[in-house]
Amino acid sequence: MFGYVMRRLFATVPVVLVVTIIVFSLIHMAPGDPLTLLLSEDANETTIKLAREKWGLDQPIYVQYLNYLSILVHGDLGMSFKYGDPVVSVIASRMPATIELAIAAMIISVSIALPLGALAGARPNSWIDNIGSSIGFLGISMPGFWLGLILILFLSGTLHLLPSSGRDSFGIADAPITGIYLLDSLINRDLDQARDAITHLAMPALALGINMVGMLMRVTRSAMIEIMHEDFITTARAKGAPEHRVIWLHGMRNALIPVLTVVGLELGTLLSGSVIVETVFAWPGTGSLLISAINSRDYPLVIGTILAYTLIFVIINFVIDLLYPLVDPRIRLA
Amino acid sequence: MSITEAVSTTRSSQIKRMVSPFLRTKILFGGVVVTALFVIGLLAPFISPFDPNRQDLDATMIQPQWLWGKHLLGTDQLGRDVLSRIFHGARISLVIAVAVAVLSGLIGTTLGAISGYRSGRMDLLIQKSVEVMWAFPPLLFAITLIAFLGQSLHILILALVLQRWIPFCRVARAQALTLRSRDFVAAATALGATHTRILCSHIIPNLIQTSFVVGTFAMATAIISEASLSFLGLGVPREIPTWGSMLSDSRAHISTAWWLPLFPGLFILVTVLGINLLGDGLRDVLDPKLNRSGTRGSL
Repeated sequence: MFGYVMRRLFATVPVVLVVTIIVFSLIHMAPGDPLTLLLSEDANETTIKLAREKWGLDQPIYVQYLNYLSILVHGDLGMSFKYGDPVVSVIASRMPATIELAIAAMIISVSIALPLGALAGARPNSWIDNIGSSIGFLGISMPGFWLGLILILFLSGTLHLLPSSGRDSFGIADAPITGIYLLDSLINRDLDQARDAITHLAMPALALGINMVGMLMRVTRSAMIEIMHEDFITTARAKGAPEHRVIWLHGMRNALIPVLTVVGLELGTLLSGSVIVETVFAWPGTGSLLISAINSRDYPLVIGTILAYTLIFVIINFVIDLLYPLVDPRIRLA
Repeated sequence: MSITEAVSTTRSSQIKRMVSPFLRTKILFGGVVVTALFVIGLLAPFISPFDPNRQDLDATMIQPQWLWGKHLLGTDQLGRDVLSRIFHGARISLVIAVAVAVLSGLIGTTLGAISGYRSGRMDLLIQKSVEVMWAFPPLLFAITLIAFLGQSLHILILALVLQRWIPFCRVARAQALTLRSRDFVAAATALGATHTRILCSHIIPNLIQTSFVVGTFAMATAIISEASLSFLGLGVPREIPTWGSMLSDSRAHISTAWWLPLFPGLFILVTVLGINLLGDGLRDVLDPKLNRSGTRGSL
């Protein structure tokens, strides 16, 4: 097990390295001098000269890359022009919001998709399968950000049920414990705050989760169809197990492996989706941070956010790989 | 069972699947939508009632007038006709969908065929590139590229192609791996055919059907990706009307003008739904096994 973990961890290193090479070459391929990207526009001659020496831009390109890499390894992503703070701390302060949104979206989509997919797969071509398939198709075809706009239009605009933007109405950001507001308010046993956090979270989470509902449902369904033909299902039925027990205990448990893979892969889509959904709902996470950084040409922050996203994505895929043996004891990590 | 029998059973089961009403509806609906997209996209300048960029400050924010008025789907904050803008937006969606599907299909299928047919160093190299491109969350790569290289239709297509070739490559490789050991490849090798010739006339032609199915899904994703990027202001330049940029503009007026966010999004939904249904229907008909191949969720 340990050997596998180390080997798998080691295998991610080249991937991360190539990602840094791509980002590094993009900085150099961008029109103009990299310095114009890294310095603010009103920098004078001496600052430029000093910066050129400081960042070693007078040296050969591979030396520049190695320098860049050693700075990255030390966790230094530079200073944000816009906020005047280290990029790392700016990203860290926005991260809990994105994590909260992603987890909520994940919970919503899994709790819709799994039961629906399992039922559809247990009875293929029944009415529940057809309804499920239709929902699935709508889910994957609907742009999440548009659903967000439509939700704002009806639930905030017409019905005044939910707030259309932001994370909270009280400003509990002043005393964050975990930075995840719903969790914080529950730790503080403040039900009003918890309700407030949920009302702000509901629409963005649904908008973000909708695409995953379609995907997950279809994978669950096809995994389920295959499982329901296995011998052990027939055995369970022959022993007289009630149908719900056959579906949920014998069928679902075994259908979880492909589902788990897709959950892992879809987390990446969820991350990308968060960039757009956060913009729609003015959700103060890393996604909206990236877009505002691009718009204000805050390049150190842009690079930092992109690297952070990629790193998280790589880590998620790594963790998913480690989860397989928990779901299916037949898979041994040698 | 003899080969002819096997073939005829597959045929009849194919036909059986064809007549399943759900499947027929899927393909019919998808076909109509895709045809409509092509027709509207190609004929946009002729069928649009107005110039999509013509501003009319005396006629701003007109509600949809349905059958009676001249602005069927209303006008926006600058008095531009929503229907005309949607028709011209279809043009951009069509160009991007076709360009991305064709280019990434050509690149992905070829690389996948090479990778599966010629294992060894070439395979390793291609699979490593797949792995690296996979490390970028989808869309984030496009955002990165556009953030640094600037906005244009070409860069947008390039950015999408650089990620879209991967599903083609994975599917093609998996198929090429099995094709490699088939008798007709052995026969061709025995007759002295070169690797290039075997790839071009024996392997790749057998991958086209599957790539076609993957291609329809690539079209659907390309349309959503373009809309998302344009929504973020990172798509094609502002002066070209697109569905995504219309949605982006609508945000400022969402409390007063419901038709501005509603219609462009409905067009995206129906188009993407149609393409997905068509792709799914074709997959059922052509190759039921593809259903479960290891292609990424948002194919």
